[in-house]
Parts: sequence; C-alpha cells; structure tokens
Amino acid sequence: MLRFILNNDDIGTTLPPGMLLLDFIRYHQHLPGTKTGCNEGDCGACTILIGELQNGAMHYSSFTSCLTPLGNVRGKHVVTIEGINLSGSLTAVQSAMHECTATQCGFCTPGFVMSLTGFCLSQKAATLSNAMAAIDGNICRCTGYKSIERAAARVAQILEPRNGTIPAQYAANTHILPDYFINIPDRLQALHSTLEPAQDVAAQPIGGGTDLYVQHHDTLKQKALRFLYDQPALKGIRQEGNTCILGAATTVADLMASPLLQAYFPYLSNYLKKVSSTQIRNMATIAGNFINASPIGDLSIFFLALDTTLVLSDGVKERELPLRQLFKGYKQLNKSPDEFITRLWFYLPSQHTLFNFEKVSKRTHLDIASVNTAISITMQYDIIEDIRIAAGGVGPVPLLLKETARFMTGKLLTESLIREAGFLLQTEVTPISDARGTADYKRLLLSQLFKAHFITLFPQLETAILIR
Amino acid sequence: MKNIDSNTHVTGTSVYLDDLPILQGTLFAAAYGSPVAHGILHQLELTEALQMPGVVRILTAKDIPGENQIGGIIPDEPLFADHHIHFAGMPLALVVAQSRDAASAAVKKIRAIIDPLEVITNPRIAQAQGALIMPPKSVVHGDTETAWAQCTHIFQGEIDINGQEHLYIETQGAYALPQEHGSLKVYSSTQGPTAVQRTIARVLGIPMHRLEVVVTRLGGGFGGKEDQANTWAALCALAAHVLNKPVKYALHRMEDMAMTGKRHPYMADFKIGLDDALKILAYEVTFFQNAGASADLSPAVLQRTLFHCTNAYYIPNVTATAFSCRTHLPPNTAFRGFGGPQGMYVIEAAIAAAAAGLHIDKTLIQRANLIRTNEAFPYGQLAQSEAIACWDKAVSLYDLDNMRAAIHTFNTEHLLLKKGMAVMPICFGISFTNTLMNNARSLVHIYSDGSVGISTGAVEMGQGVNTKILQVAARTLGIAVERVKINATSTYTVANTSPSAASATADLNGKATWTACKTLLERLLALAAKDLGTAAENLTIENEVVLFNGTPTEWNWLRLVNTAFVQRVSLSENGHYATPSIHYDNETGKGHPFSYHVYGTAIIEVTVDCLRGTYETDSVKVVHDFGISMNPDIDRGQIEGGIVQGIGWMTLEEVIYNQQGRLLSNALSTYKVPDIYAAPKEILIDHLHTDHDNLAIFRSKAVGEPPLMYGIGAWFALRDAILAFHPDAAIPFTAPMTPERVLMALYSKQSAESKPAHEEKVSHLGID
Repeated sequence: MLRFILNNDDIGTTLPPGMLLLDFIRYHQHLPGTKTGCNEGDCGACTILIGELQNGAMHYSSFTSCLTPLGNVRGKHVVTIEGINLSGSLTAVQSAMHECTATQCGFCTPGFVMSLTGFCLSQKAATLSNAMAAIDGNICRCTGYKSIERAAARVAQILEPRNGTIPAQYAANTHILPDYFINIPDRLQALHSTLEPAQDVAAQPIGGGTDLYVQHHDTLKQKALRFLYDQPALKGIRQEGNTCILGAATTVADLMASPLLQAYFPYLSNYLKKVSSTQIRNMATIAGNFINASPIGDLSIFFLALDTTLVLSDGVKERELPLRQLFKGYKQLNKSPDEFITRLWFYLPSQHTLFNFEKVSKRTHLDIASVNTAISITMQYDIIEDIRIAAGGVGPVPLLLKETARFMTGKLLTESLIREAGFLLQTEVTPISDARGTADYKRLLLSQLFKAHFITLFPQLETAILIR
Repeated sequence: MKNIDSNTHVTGTSVYLDDLPILQGTLFAAAYGSPVAHGILHQLELTEALQMPGVVRILTAKDIPGENQIGGIIPDEPLFADHHIHFAGMPLALVVAQSRDAASAAVKKIRAIIDPLEVITNPRIAQAQGALIMPPKSVVHGDTETAWAQCTHIFQGEIDINGQEHLYIETQGAYALPQEHGSLKVYSSTQGPTAVQRTIARVLGIPMHRLEVVVTRLGGGFGGKEDQANTWAALCALAAHVLNKPVKYALHRMEDMAMTGKRHPYMADFKIGLDDALKILAYEVTFFQNAGASADLSPAVLQRTLFHCTNAYYIPNVTATAFSCRTHLPPNTAFRGFGGPQGMYVIEAAIAAAAAGLHIDKTLIQRANLIRTNEAFPYGQLAQSEAIACWDKAVSLYDLDNMRAAIHTFNTEHLLLKKGMAVMPICFGISFTNTLMNNARSLVHIYSDGSVGISTGAVEMGQGVNTKILQVAARTLGIAVERVKINATSTYTVANTSPSAASATADLNGKATWTACKTLLERLLALAAKDLGTAAENLTIENEVVLFNGTPTEWNWLRLVNTAFVQRVSLSENGHYATPSIHYDNETGKGHPFSYHVYGTAIIEVTVDCLRGTYETDSVKVVHDFGISMNPDIDRGQIEGGIVQGIGWMTLEEVIYNQQGRLLSNALSTYKVPDIYAAPKEILIDHLHTDHDNLAIFRSKAVGEPPLMYGIGAWFALRDAILAFHPDAAIPFTAPMTPERVLMALYSKQSAESKPAHEEKVSHLGID
C-alpha cells in the first residue's frame, strides 16, 4: 500500500507506483484543476506542490505531476489547486492573479498559481526576480506574461513583511494557504510510522523521472521500478578535504542551494538557471542526467569539466569510474544493467582554477542546448597548467576535448593561442543537423562559446582580436 | 471589469472539455495517423490491435454512414484516408476502447501498407507542378507595368516565412453522447460549433437539428480550433453513432502537433519601386502559400494576405498575386492574423530592402507612405485612416530620436552587445473576408426574478468576449452586471453561427445582444410609460431605476419585469445583427470588405549578444487605435498577448518538417514558444483616442488579431542590431530569426560573392 496525503485527505493506494501522479489526480481522484498540457514537463499546466518533512519542518517544492511517478510521493504531502482553495475567498496568490488580469483562457492558470504558491512556501527572498524564477517552468500562450509578471510582483510584495517567519506559518496567517496545512507535519509524522518500506527489488532504477517518463511513459506505468529519488543514502553534498562528494540523487535544485558549491562556483546559479525549469530542477537528479546519456546533458558537461569520478554499485559491490569513461557511444554506457550510480566526487577547484559554463539554446530558458560547454582551467601566472574543456551537442556523446586541451597545456595564454586552439577544436567534433540547429551552426556556436569562456574568465584579453 | 471567468480560473474550477464528468459506459478513442506523407494505402492490418485488451472496435472509412468528407470551403478533405494519403498524420483508423491507455496502446499495433509517392513540402515546387488548391487570386490597383518607368529606385527580393504552431495549452478534443431519436450531444473544444455540427451531419448523413454541439470554453484557440476541431468531433460522433455509446477523445500533445495544421508558411517574391521623394509608386508581389494537403481555410487566408499586402501604406500601383499551393503537410489553417501577418511581413521586407539599397533609415520610407483618409486600399475600400496619427504620436510620446541616439551611444560603447530598433505600423481590416459570415444572433431571456440569461454564438477562449457581451447587456438594460449570466454556446440555442474568429466576435455578438436588449427594454418601458401616462421615448433606465426625462420614477427593473410577466408580455428576444455596408466582388477584386480598420504603431527595441547570437527584447512601445475601449483590462491583455505571440512567430518558433513531410518539432521540447523570460522586458501601450463613429460595438474597436503584427517589428529590430555589429552582414528575408540565424548572419562573409542567391536579386536600378 502506497501512502501519502493528497490535499487534506489520507491516501492509501494499491495502484502501480509507476503510475503518473497527474493521471492519479485527474482520473482517479477526479480533481480536474490540475491540467494536462504537454505530458513532458515543458508547460507547467500540471504543476503541483510536494511537501516533505525534513527535521520536523515542511519543505514544499513545485513538481510537474505529468512526470512524477506515484512511487516518488510516498509519505509526502501532495497539494493540488483544490488543496489551496479557501472557502469563500481567494488566496493571496489567486487575488493577485485576479487583480492583475493575469488569466485569459485560464488553462495554464492553476499551474501558475501553484508555482507562485510554491514560491511563497520556499525560503527564497521576496523579490520580483525570485517570484519570476518560480514560474520559469510555466507556459502561457494568451497573456504575453506581463500581467502575470505584475501579479508576481504583487505576491513578492505580500511576502516582504515575512522577515524570519517560517514560510508555511506566514502563509497560513496571510491567506496564502488554508488552515489544515498547520496539522500536516504531525499527520505526516504519524504516517511515517506506518509506512511500509519501498521494496528494494531488482527492478529498473528511476530517479526524478524527468527523462524516463518523457521517453517511456506508456511502459513505465506497469513496470517494476526501483525508486532511488528519496533514498537518504543517495542524497547530500559534502566536503572531505579537497574533494566534494555528492549523492547520486542530488537534484539540480540541491546543487543550486548548496552553500559549499556556491562558495567554489560563484556564478553557479547563473549556470543552473539555464538548466530546464524550477519544477524540473526540483525533480531531476545528477545521476539521471548522466545515465540518460544525452549528448547535450547539461550536468554531464558541467561535471566532465570537473573530471568527476562516479561510484557505481550493483547492490553488492562498488567500483569507481571516471565520468569521461561512462559514455561509450550514442546512448551507450560503460556499465552493466544492474549497476547504478550511488555517488560522485570531484576535486574542488584550487584558488588558481577558473571555471565557466556556457549554454545556448533556441529559447534561453527552459530549453535543451544547441551547444553547451564547460571549462576548468588552472593557471600558473599566465601559463595554462591544466585545462579541461567539455562540449555537448557536437558529437554522439558528451565530449571532453582532449586534443585541444593537450595543445593548450603548458602554453602562455594569449589571444592567438585561443584562436589556434579554436581551429583544433573543430577537428575533435562531429555535430549533426537536427531540430536544435544545423551542423554548421553548431560548429560556429561551439567556436563562439569557446571564446566566450576566455572572454568571461580573462577580462584582460583583447576581445576585439578574439572575435575577429 | 475583470474577465467574468477570472475567479473560477484562478481556483482551478473552470470546466474544460477533459474536465467534464465521465458518463458510465464512456469509451475512449485514439486515431491512427498515416506514418507516410504521400502514398497509396494498400492495406490496413488491424488484427493485432483488435486483440488488445479493452479494444471495442476499430473504425475506418467504410464505417462512415454519410459522406467521407470534412472540407468546408472546398470538399477536398476526407475524414479518413481510404486510398490516397495526403499527409503524415492523416487519420486512417480510429480505435475505440474502454480506456485511454487501451486505445493508445492499440493504435501502436496497427500497421498500414502504403506505396509511397513523391512528397512535396515546398510551395514553390508545388506551384511549378501545378499543384494548386484553387486558381490563383489577385488584387490589382493602378498599373504597375507603366509605373515602373516613373520609379527612380527599384528593388527585388525573395521571402521565406515559416509557419507557427498554435500551441493552445488545451489540446483538441471532443466528447459525443448519444441521445434519443438518433440525436447526438457533442461537447467540442471548437471555435466554430456550427462548423462542427455541419461536418458531423455530413459524415453521419443526418440532419443538423439532431446535433447539439456545446462549448463551454476553450483553453486557447488562436484559430487552431476554427476548422480543425471538426475532425475530432466528427470522429467521436461517428464512433458514438455506430456504437451507441458515449465516446471521448482528448488528444495527446504529440498527436495534436503532428496531426493538425498550423499558420501557413509563405514564400514570396517582391518588386518595389520608389521615386526620389521616397514615395512608393509601384509594388508587385507574388505569394506562394503553403496550404498543406487540402483547402481547409486556405482560400480565405490567402484573400486576407492580398488585402493586407500593403499594410498601412498607400501605394497607387499594386499587382499582388497569390497561389495557394498543395503540399503534403497537414492542412494549414487559421491563426490569429489569418494571412495578414505574412502579407505585412513582405511589404516591410521590401521597404527594408529599399532602405538598405538607398542607405537611408527605413522609417523615412515608412512614414512617407502611410495611408491617409480617403486614399484607397488596393481592393478599393477608402481608408478612414489613423495610420499617421498613431505613428506620429508614438514617435513623439516615446521620443524616437532620443531612443535612436541612446542606441547609437550604446552600440559605440559595446563591442559584443548591440541594440537594434524598428518601427512597425499596422493596419488590419475587421470583418470576415467572406461577407456572408458577418452576422450573429443573441438569445436573451429575462427571467421572472429579474435575472438575465444570454446565449450567443460566441465562444469564450480567453479573449474575454463573454465579459464584453455581459457588459453590453448590463449597460443596455441599465442593470447590475450580477444580474446577467452568459450561457455555454450551443447549436440548440443559437443556430447557423459564424465561428469565433476574425476579431469580430465581440462586435457581431455584442451588437446582436444590444439589439435584443434594446427591443426588450423598449417593450418593458412601454409598460411603465402607459402607467406614467407618457411616451416611452421619455423614459430611460439607469442603475435599475426608470427615469422620466432624467428624473427617477417609482418604476424599477424588478417592477418592469414583474409587470411584463403578469401582463403576459414576452420577456425573451432573439437579436439579429448583420454588418451593414460591407460588400466585395470576387470577380473584380474590389469592394468594401471591412466594417473598419484598426491602426497602430509599435517601436521595438532589442539587444543582441553578438558573441553567442542570443537576444532579448528590451521594449515594445505602442500607440494603438482602440476607438473607445469598453474594457481596458481585457484589451490590454489582448495587446500584450498578441505582441508576444507575434514576437514568438518572428523570432523563436520554428515548425520543422523533414523532406518526407514528417514533423520534427513535434513536442514542446522541440517547438519553443515564448516563456516569461522571452517576453519583452517592457510593454507600453498608449491609446489613440478617436471621435469618429465606427461600426464597432460601443465604438470599442476589435483587438484580437491586430496586435500580433507588432511582433513583426522584432524581426527588423534584430536585423538592425546585426547590421550594427556587421554592416555588410548577409541577412536573408527568412523568418523566424532564431538565435541560429542571428549568429550565422553576425558572422556571415562580407563580400557579395558569398551572399545567398536571393540577395543577389536585390538590384539597385536607381538613376542618379
């Protein structure tokens, strides 16, 4: 029996845990406020909130229910639009949307309301830019967003007096949520004592589901699945000496929120803002991105440049594998089917190491890259002591451009070296034409982004020479 | 006043097609679409699919009791392909099963044996092979042949404009319920309930009166559900009719994208001639409309392209020819603007080519040629023009000179970031181009408790038409808005309606409602007049109180209603409105097809990252001709939404078919519409106040489609920014201007020999 709380109701279901939460909500619980838009996490019409009890306090995040298996909400609080409605009045978020005329056809509206409500329940500072970031995974085809932006500004304003109050508490007192939310922590606590542990069977492992459910949602519904997303052993980001160790089920949102990573990568949030949307970042795991083996996986590129090492387990024994050796060919992995990633580690950048990540997609946000690339470069004065350049979208797998790196290592960093390296770079890549761009474009774009790395990291270089 | 659905929208309690409670015994349908774009169907292997659990029946063309035909304007579109397949995704069979999952699982087991034939996706190739939907259309004004001699500068060029996926967030769908006496009730997510009714009647071979088509609201339409909702409603109706069970089909996003048509891609050739005063003397343009596999609404779309081929400009000599080309894509269809945007992009491109050739600012040519009142459009209608008023107000209000200077300074100071700007005037004709469609009815009931129920042919899809109709009724009857309710649109209450389209829905249905309410009010006031011993003309009603020459009487709304009820006076009225004074002669290509035009001017500013080829829209500053807006909240929303949708079409949204006619951009992961960060950082909208009378409801001009075309300015602003980085950049007139096209242009080779062929055609024949 799979148990969780849906809005104000205790749920126990024997339906397959691979079933999508959206289908459960709409077609089994008959709560039609959550809408089906795209079935692949790209429109946000199905956005719901998922609350977890962490150290006695509730933490709510927005998820796209169209990619969330029931198995990933075991022991949690699932909130749909019906679950936030107040009797007799609108919530503060709903009022803001209403007052700002931020709804036209209304079909995307519940998703926006849930994302903004999720923002109210997060620890994020009450600013317009944070409020807008909360709805970066919601598509509206009617309004042109400006009225929604005005509503988001109003929501941020409502939260301003919050100061240090716990978000959920503040929300309950300011007409953001109904009263029953106050008892949810106790109810979840009680529920946890009755939870049957998820069966750790030899079954297909699944993380956040954000890739697998896009590709195989028909078959996954009935399949035996092994849910890794919530396993405590696979969570957490920690430092040991000069290494950083990350659990395989660490989400992109976890990366963004990590003080350790923020300290070593000051522009981290700029990089990761371009990785999908708030909802998907709350769901997608690092290991999932690697194992999906997309040639343009953003995290694959990011961690390749850091020369990350993976720890794989088949349930009995563990082995280490450098990430650069994981990808054998297009969607081909250097691992046995029963092995899964448990954790990964990399050496934290030294004080002479610089890092940069570049991504260009057709749409700047919430899109898959045409080309992405990351660079990690260690300098000894003006000499390149060590350099790693990763590039995606320019070959069948996420690439580490070894020849280019070898050519640059030990040399004085100059504009002409970069230009020369830029030619060499082209011999290492084999892009193809597809929906994300022609091969010619991807070659030009890679060359531009390669220059962008140096222009960003070394402002003293003469830009005019580089772009000539 | 806020949209009347606003409260239910924000609480998630508005009901859309897929939210309707399911009746017991309901079956679920899923269509099997052809995997091949062009071919002959030899055999359909259904055995394996029929054995799948939960499958009830698989329907094909031979199960159709009536006619296998759903073409509206031209009968050239079968519901099911039974022999000749015309596009990938064309329905070959319909699985009906006990669940959605069972239906879609069975679809995957169907196999079709098809002899493939040559696939054409390019409209120029189709035209060259004579594959046309109908004979070419043209609009001729003056005489271009003799005018060329008077031109001192002549420029030519080629255009390639991509399509646009509607991407209503609610996919297409229908739910058909058998009723007694061989009737059907069909819930449909359609902009055109009557079109659905007519189509089902034809397919089933039953009279229209047996078909109740009901629409509560749409989760977006944008034209995509004007004609193309018919297919899904007809499929469900067929299954419900054959099986005598309720049948529902709400499409999966990928089915919707692959099987439905989009905004028409166009190719075009232009030739433009100017004199030394920058007056455009002659314009010749040939359009190659990519209609897809069948006519759908293409003939009407083509007509509007011709009507709008000179945008907001007066050109004395115009020869515009348009070919509707039959290709093997899903039938392309209505989309906000309806062919107008493509025509307007081409004239803007022609002006840009001329400005580049003359080394002058494009705005000089634009401003010099804006149409004036009583100048004629190429189709003969005289303009009641606000073009210059909008332009001049925008230029002064937003200080164009200062904007331009600031951009120049910015561009001088930045190497890798360049700003660009464009001014985009618009002129859009309001009315269905097919004159006979310009009519509507409104059925108004006053109930004995004083509440008012209204049924019209209008379909609410977010544009706020029901709110405007409610305002019309409350204002005309002099009562509180709370007393009025707008009912779901149904073919049983209002018959023979035109679809909600052409920006005209509020005008047509609003005027019909006004007519009905006025008649009712006259009838009611007559009762009070009799009692007060005066003539009804001396009575009015305000805030529910009857006034005698402006002074309150003892009569109020409730007393009027009650008196009428007890005196057996009818409290119901069916108002009818047909737009007066419009006409158009298809033979001569002349007439007065529009009840009025909407004008406006937008200034668009963009910033391009010249290292990466990415860009942002900084601002869109508009002066828009509202007439007198009856709902500024709703109208502002329409303008902002239209602008962003237009910018999406021009910059981001790319419909990609491969050479086999299969859609590659078949999901939201590969087809990108604007997100919140892609919207302009700033949209400013100012009203142009006009005192002229017009045919709009309460003089509040239509606002649905016109603002989309402000988005065209984004393409030219990007071009401007690219040229600031690379003055000799090769920038073909190809839309959309994706980051790929921007980067390729930024780093295009400078010299003439590397320019693409169509740029070579830009010839400067000036005589200096």
